[in-house]
Amino acid sequence: MPAPTLPLETPATEKRQPSGDAIRFENVSLAFDDKRVLEGVSFCLAHGETKALFGVAGSGKSTLLKLALGLIKPDSGHIYVLGEEITQMSENDLFKLRGRIGMVFQESALFDSFTVRENVAFRLIEDGDVSEEEIERRVREALSFVELEHTLDMFPSELSGGMRRRVAIARAIITQPEVILYDSPTGGLDPVTSTTIVELIVKQRDVYKTSSLMVTHRLQDAFIMATHYFNRKANKMFPLAAGARCEVPMAFLILREGKVIFDGDIEELAKTKDEYIREYIS
Amino acid sequence: MAAGDFQVQLISPSEFAKEKIQALQEYALLVGQSLANLFRRPLYVTDMIQQADLIGVGSLPIVILTGGFTGAVLALNSASTLSRFGSLTLIAQLVSVGMVTELGPVITGLMVAGRNASGMASELGSMTVTEQIDAMRALGTDPSKKLVTPRLVATVIMLFFLTIISDLLGLVGGNMVSTLLLGLDSRQYWTSAWQSLVWRDVTTGLIKPVLFGFVISTVGCYFGMSTRGGTQGVGRSTTQAVVVASVLILVVDFFVTKLLIALLGYR
Repeated sequence: MPAPTLPLETPATEKRQPSGDAIRFENVSLAFDDKRVLEGVSFCLAHGETKALFGVAGSGKSTLLKLALGLIKPDSGHIYVLGEEITQMSENDLFKLRGRIGMVFQESALFDSFTVRENVAFRLIEDGDVSEEEIERRVREALSFVELEHTLDMFPSELSGGMRRRVAIARAIITQPEVILYDSPTGGLDPVTSTTIVELIVKQRDVYKTSSLMVTHRLQDAFIMATHYFNRKANKMFPLAAGARCEVPMAFLILREGKVIFDGDIEELAKTKDEYIREYIS
Repeated sequence: MAAGDFQVQLISPSEFAKEKIQALQEYALLVGQSLANLFRRPLYVTDMIQQADLIGVGSLPIVILTGGFTGAVLALNSASTLSRFGSLTLIAQLVSVGMVTELGPVITGLMVAGRNASGMASELGSMTVTEQIDAMRALGTDPSKKLVTPRLVATVIMLFFLTIISDLLGLVGGNMVSTLLLGLDSRQYWTSAWQSLVWRDVTTGLIKPVLFGFVISTVGCYFGMSTRGGTQGVGRSTTQAVVVASVLILVVDFFVTKLLIALLGYR
């Protein structure tokens, strides 16, 4: 089925938000050999919501994203994505569902033998139903969203780390997915480039109201997202007025040793009395 | 652990056996899936042609060299033995049957295994450790359809033709030694070489490359897709792919030869 042709620059406010959750984990557990990675994890990502996922290295954050995408199966529990239970779903059925989900991998995971154009257009080419002209138009739109139109014919090895991350975002959003998963989108980048990436994520959040689950090590990225909004006219990110809340609901999820120890918004996070969390966010 | 410390971790025989059985299971699943993909859409014909070019055309120089020199050394080595019995003229038959039934397929298979099993393992291994395989799955594409099946088809088809070329070059090499070094008549050489071959020899010599091509591609792809542990893991997978593919070629060769003799009889 061809991907929707909603122009990237048209806001998605006209889109009707479906009922139910975008992602729901129910008591999910997973172990690799004898090492427990996730234990009894339960949380929801509502439609249109953005959730930042924190935890120390090895707490199961990236694993959680891979479970949400069906790349790995849990040992127990249930996972629902866009209303469908994916826990026992076959790989063939998951391919169809993944057309509605975008993912930005930790190290971009661009195909290094393909050009930027071929990387971004990959899903459209594989679908086989989209004409060459339409593919070209949508690739240019996606790359202009991340301000990298000039890199069409370059290879990933010729791009900087930040540029690769932006191309990965373009690749994830080209089919206007209903859910986007970000795995440490600013990992390994300098502060200036990180802010550029965060601005793109905020832009995607505010303009298209896409449900997002973002794994990050950088608290400041999540706090920027919670305290800023994207102004379409100025094409820039601005801080929210004091006391104002983000139009798009933003929440935080903290993992510790494979268990969820916090799931709430920024105000609840600021008021928490848990010593571990207070030390983590200080 | 201080720098320079070296630890050896022993695993129990049951753990070792479990690992090997699991590896065999995963290999069997990969093989089954890649064969089943031949009957499913999409077929990725462009990727097959691209791989055929890389595997077939790319291996041509080494196959020509190894085929030619194998035939030449076969003629050289057998000359001293045959001349003791006054049967030097049998060189052509020996080179012909030896190359077509055995040395052509096996030597070509080993050369292609060294070149291409390692290439597949390292390319797919690098993609695995950099999450490109996961990205492919996340973008709705089956990696076994896009990456494994094209390599399987290309290797089987190309090894078939490469073996024919190797056989021919082996005969040419044998001819050059026979005529230039041993003073035999070239026309007599080619006539004997041609007449000594029977359909049984040709059938044997052409079934083997099909099986060897299957082994090379599936082993290379298996080790590539199961790579773990970063760049060190890629290196390990590459080495293992070549070793396992080469050994399997020799093992398969023995059993196939035995089976074909049982089915078709001795010459």
